[in-house]
Amino acid sequence: MTTYIDPSPSAAAAALESPTAAPASGAPAPGSAAAPAPRKPRQGLVHGLLSNSKAMVGAAILLVFIALALLAPVLFPGDPSRITDMAGLEPSAEHWLGTTAKGQDVMALTIHGARSSLLVGLTVGFASTFVGILVGLASAYFGKFIDEALSLVTNVFLLLPGLPLLVILAAFLPPGLGTVILVLIVTGWAGSARVLRSQALSIRSKDFVAAAVVSGERAGRIMFREILPNMASIVMGTLLACVIYGIGAQAGLEFLGLGDVSTVSWGNNLFWAGNEGALMTGSWWVFVPSGVCIALVAFALALINYAVDEVTNPRLRKIKPVSEGKAAK
Amino acid sequence: MRFILRRLGFYLIAFWVSITLNFLLPRFMPGDPVSRMFARSAGQMQPEQIEALRKLLGVDSRPIWEQYADYLHNIVTGNMGVSITRFPTPVTEVIASQIGWTLLLGGTALVIAAVVGNLLGILAAWRRGGAIDSALPPLLVFIGSFPYFWLAMGALYLFGVILGWSPLRHAFTDGLEPAFSWEFIGDAGAHLVLPALTIVLVSIGGWMLGMRNTMIATNAEDYITMAEAKGLKPGRIMFRYAARNAMLPSVTSFGMGLGFVVGGALLTEVVFAYPGVGYQLLNAVQGLDYPLMQGLFLTITAAVLLANFLVDILYVRLDPRVRAS
Repeated sequence: MTTYIDPSPSAAAAALESPTAAPASGAPAPGSAAAPAPRKPRQGLVHGLLSNSKAMVGAAILLVFIALALLAPVLFPGDPSRITDMAGLEPSAEHWLGTTAKGQDVMALTIHGARSSLLVGLTVGFASTFVGILVGLASAYFGKFIDEALSLVTNVFLLLPGLPLLVILAAFLPPGLGTVILVLIVTGWAGSARVLRSQALSIRSKDFVAAAVVSGERAGRIMFREILPNMASIVMGTLLACVIYGIGAQAGLEFLGLGDVSTVSWGNNLFWAGNEGALMTGSWWVFVPSGVCIALVAFALALINYAVDEVTNPRLRKIKPVSEGKAAK
Repeated sequence: MRFILRRLGFYLIAFWVSITLNFLLPRFMPGDPVSRMFARSAGQMQPEQIEALRKLLGVDSRPIWEQYADYLHNIVTGNMGVSITRFPTPVTEVIASQIGWTLLLGGTALVIAAVVGNLLGILAAWRRGGAIDSALPPLLVFIGSFPYFWLAMGALYLFGVILGWSPLRHAFTDGLEPAFSWEFIGDAGAHLVLPALTIVLVSIGGWMLGMRNTMIATNAEDYITMAEAKGLKPGRIMFRYAARNAMLPSVTSFGMGLGFVVGGALLTEVVFAYPGVGYQLLNAVQGLDYPLMQGLFLTITAAVLLANFLVDILYVRLDPRVRAS
């Protein structure tokens, strides 16, 4: 009953959240948290994540990419997009990933590309989660008219077709990295606001919040010190989903040629690969690395997201015995 | 009835927001689009084009609310101005000639993905821990991690360039006249397969996981246990008892999917040079064809809102709880 309160747009949020439940129960790693060890009274989120294999794998992949991004100027000094005469070389000992049609080293482009892609992804992720927190908390705490108005705005933004809106905004705004970030935040915050609002609403109705209101605490303090800490896992999940969205959407926007074409990023690498007809001439090595990098980062973030879900959502553990009982029948 | 009216009001507000956004964007953005366009097409524009642009982009001296009223009037009467890149074709005509292809591509992909995905989800939930349940979700999530356009280009390279199984671009072979002949339909079908398949591949995971998760909750209901106790056939319980009740969220997703068909097929259409509204939108952006851009955006938005409204109406039929409240 409770899950169907507001049918329509919540499906987007549900779809965002739902994959998280899948591998958790689908492929129960025997050594992980699912083991019926005597449960400690209250495990912290951080501690739970540290002992979760999915989270560790995800974090390891992510750390490697962050390290590569930071070390890019050391590993490949100089401008990676400088045009040389070694055009269209296949992967070799000298150029591990070959060169583009303009003679740029693909390895250097890919590693330098991590800088812009991760920066934009993280910025967009944090900023849209932040907006989502503000809107969601204000909506849930104040209720009534403010809630109606904020929910209306959120739902309108959720419903407006994202990709065309991205394209239109990017077309009207002056090109640049700032524009890309701004546009992605504008189109990306609504989903997180919706998820966070519904969670905040359920916490808002708890007794300790009522006690805080009665004891005369200020609104800001109740929102950020009483309600927010109790939804840490949802905030974390939202943040990860937003970062995934940011990286993917940036790549898509740049692939369409609507980003800042002068920066080196994974999306722009793919844009140039398409522009120079890398695939039509058979230079797959220009095209593959950036796509694989985006996928790896997104996959790592998704892994951490599942882990957060596994650690914090007791339902994912409780469901298991039920299904085994069913199978036994 | 009240529910429907409320939803209708909401969609009207949403549509008004997108119209207003469309109106405000060119007027308040830094980097005046008109001068950008003039600079680009210096001397090649006819006076009528310049006049049309000025009007549309609000480069006139009238007060803003008067322009706004004018703009609203134009939208309501279906006058979206004249395309710049295809001067002097009206924007509405350009859109009308292309929306059919988008609906064909997106509709085909959506129906296939929804049917197959939901079936897989039902099976996965019914046999939890079975082959489908343990192998497919991680695989689909992994595929879903790749940028869609990257997968589409890879598929185009593999099946179009290397294997030569699929045509490389467009919705039908150049020079063929669109007609209701077997030849043309077959040709259009051949051009449809690969783009539609790539959409199905990336979207099927969402359908499957969504259905699986709802279905697991439904399977724990008492009436399922009751049906089993009565000794009904498993197939009957699975489809008529469990899946039927777990369908509801999928109906919502279908409405949203229907909306995304129009807007979300943009990347597909760009990769496969498929002549739909998304491809046209990118062309309009690259050609700085602002009237066409705005017309396309409004059309896409209207389609999304309409699809969602239809699903809401359907919901009233399907879910008695909505009728009661």
